[in-house]
Amino acid sequence: MRRSVYPLKTSTLEKIRRRERAIKVLLYGFLFITALPIIIGYSWLFLNSFSERLVYGLIPEQLTLKNWSFLWKPPSPYYPSLWRAFANTLILGLGMVITVVGISTPAAYVLSRMKFPGRIEILAGTLILHSFPGITLLISLYYVLRTLGLLNTVVGVFLVKAGLMMPFAIWVMKGFFDGIPWDVERAALVDGATRFQTWYKVMLPQVKPGIGAISILAFLSGWSEYIYVITFIHDKRSWTLSSYVNSIISDYRFLDYGLLASTALFYIFPVLVFFLFAQRYLLQVSIGGMKGGE
Amino acid sequence: MAQVRLVKLRKEFGKVVAVNDLSLEIKDGEFIAMLGPSGCGKTTTLLMIAGIYYPTRGEIYFDDVLMNEVPPKDRHVGLVFQSYALYPHMTVYQNIAFPLRLAKKSKREIDEKVHEVARLTQIEDLLDRMPSQLSGGQQQRVALCRALVKEPEVLLLDEPLSNLDARLRIETRAEIKRLQQELGITTILVTHDQVEAMTMAERIAVLHQGVLQQYGLPNELYDAPRNLFVASFIGDPPMNLVRVRYEIKEGRPCLVAGDFALPLSSEWAQRIEKSGEREFTLGIRPEDMNLLFNEQNHAFSGMVSLIEPLGGAVLVHIHAGSARFRVLTSREKQIFLGNQLWVQPKLEKLQLFLPDGRSIRELYEA
Repeated sequence: MRRSVYPLKTSTLEKIRRRERAIKVLLYGFLFITALPIIIGYSWLFLNSFSERLVYGLIPEQLTLKNWSFLWKPPSPYYPSLWRAFANTLILGLGMVITVVGISTPAAYVLSRMKFPGRIEILAGTLILHSFPGITLLISLYYVLRTLGLLNTVVGVFLVKAGLMMPFAIWVMKGFFDGIPWDVERAALVDGATRFQTWYKVMLPQVKPGIGAISILAFLSGWSEYIYVITFIHDKRSWTLSSYVNSIISDYRFLDYGLLASTALFYIFPVLVFFLFAQRYLLQVSIGGMKGGE
Repeated sequence: MAQVRLVKLRKEFGKVVAVNDLSLEIKDGEFIAMLGPSGCGKTTTLLMIAGIYYPTRGEIYFDDVLMNEVPPKDRHVGLVFQSYALYPHMTVYQNIAFPLRLAKKSKREIDEKVHEVARLTQIEDLLDRMPSQLSGGQQQRVALCRALVKEPEVLLLDEPLSNLDARLRIETRAEIKRLQQELGITTILVTHDQVEAMTMAERIAVLHQGVLQQYGLPNELYDAPRNLFVASFIGDPPMNLVRVRYEIKEGRPCLVAGDFALPLSSEWAQRIEKSGEREFTLGIRPEDMNLLFNEQNHAFSGMVSLIEPLGGAVLVHIHAGSARFRVLTSREKQIFLGNQLWVQPKLEKLQLFLPDGRSIRELYEA
């Protein structure tokens, strides 16, 4: 009888297994501790919004839906209708998506495929623009919007935001277009397509994951915009949810934590749901376009 | 179907001349190959014919209509790419139907035609699949279908077989040839594989560094290459090429290279004398030499240095002085390593190339 080259005793195996389990427990423990501040923050929001008050800051007392009454009637005459703010936020997000996708896809295609004087300069220029902190432009943008009559409008805000996001979106989309082989495009031209048909029928369907990714990012960036909204929009009819939350924090004589918590949750919820469905598109961005051979 | 004529076609990319004043005529319904190593300008020429590249100079005619400015979609060409270039987001059916849909054909007509070409290439049961679900050979057929479905005037094939495995390549090349004969479409095949060109095309245009080297029937290119490049590029195993000097040895005209000496006939001597040259490159194909065990006229001696059995035949490497030859012989011959043999080339098959690479034939035939 030949003895095994690896004479492992059951006890040794058991030891290895135990060590692996210990490492796993440690790892998860570490992750849990680092995530704790976020977990506590959100649980505080959640619990606060459904209770009269919190004992020791975390234990809810007397469950109530009172804090959610803002859904059907503004907490005070000072506030506009919540649903109006909701609609404005939605318009801001969708406006971002339409502007960003509508401009960056054709722009990225041209930058990816065509040679023209100034191409390199444009590419470099977009990167420089991308590196500007948006806040440095606040005052000049204020003047621009006022001149154009777009102050106090959601349209003005999403145009500014979309403009600032454009470099990033163009680079992402360019990456996706770069990944499509030239021959596929040539095949379409030979098959009888015009340049536009080639772009629309052959190229666009292949960069769908890219369009999905920048749409999500554009929407989220519009949905959660804060600084431009409170700077450029004062008219209550144009308030978004971030102005709404902002006013609860700052403009009221005393801070109603219950109201703040439930409004904040209301603000987060749609994004959360949206994100659950959309994250697989976002994951494609880091891959940078089409995978080879598909 | 159309006749294709290229007149002094030229393409420059910056300072690089990819295609240099290429003139070529392809008859209606003819199947020609453009053959050359990579970078010789053959694919560039093809893309100019398709209308993807515009020529720097020169003209492209289809049936005597100038095509230079005509966009690709109006040229009625079918193009099969080396990479197949199928549309990854469409099913096989949609891929094949795409040119017809762009031409605004009726749904019924599209359906009929797609099934017709699919039947022709035996891919009918693949129509619902996506390109990523197909093997290389199947993708190649789909690409061919897509090119054929619009009934093009000219069919362009860019290295259509190079991504297939050896066995499939042999099958597919016969199949493409059969299809071309059946449909009678003017076809231009671009390839770097001389076997592909020889087996499929009626005529072959050999290109090198953007310049047309020779255009003719496969046998013409094989038996009477116009220059050293064509001679070395065509044939497998390749032609033996040896630098030689013309001398009179012991009163007999000979081609000499060190210890190697090949006695010539008086006919060859006359031709060489007429050329006024002394230095040549001697070319002789492996199958145009006899291996003998005794001395004979117009033979040289050599030693067997390597034996490569090819199955049906044997390739014998011979060292003759400083010259080396590969000789194709039958496997019945009892030849062993180290044998001292006599090699007798068929004198009428000899090729002699002048120092500038031209065949000596260019002199006496001109």
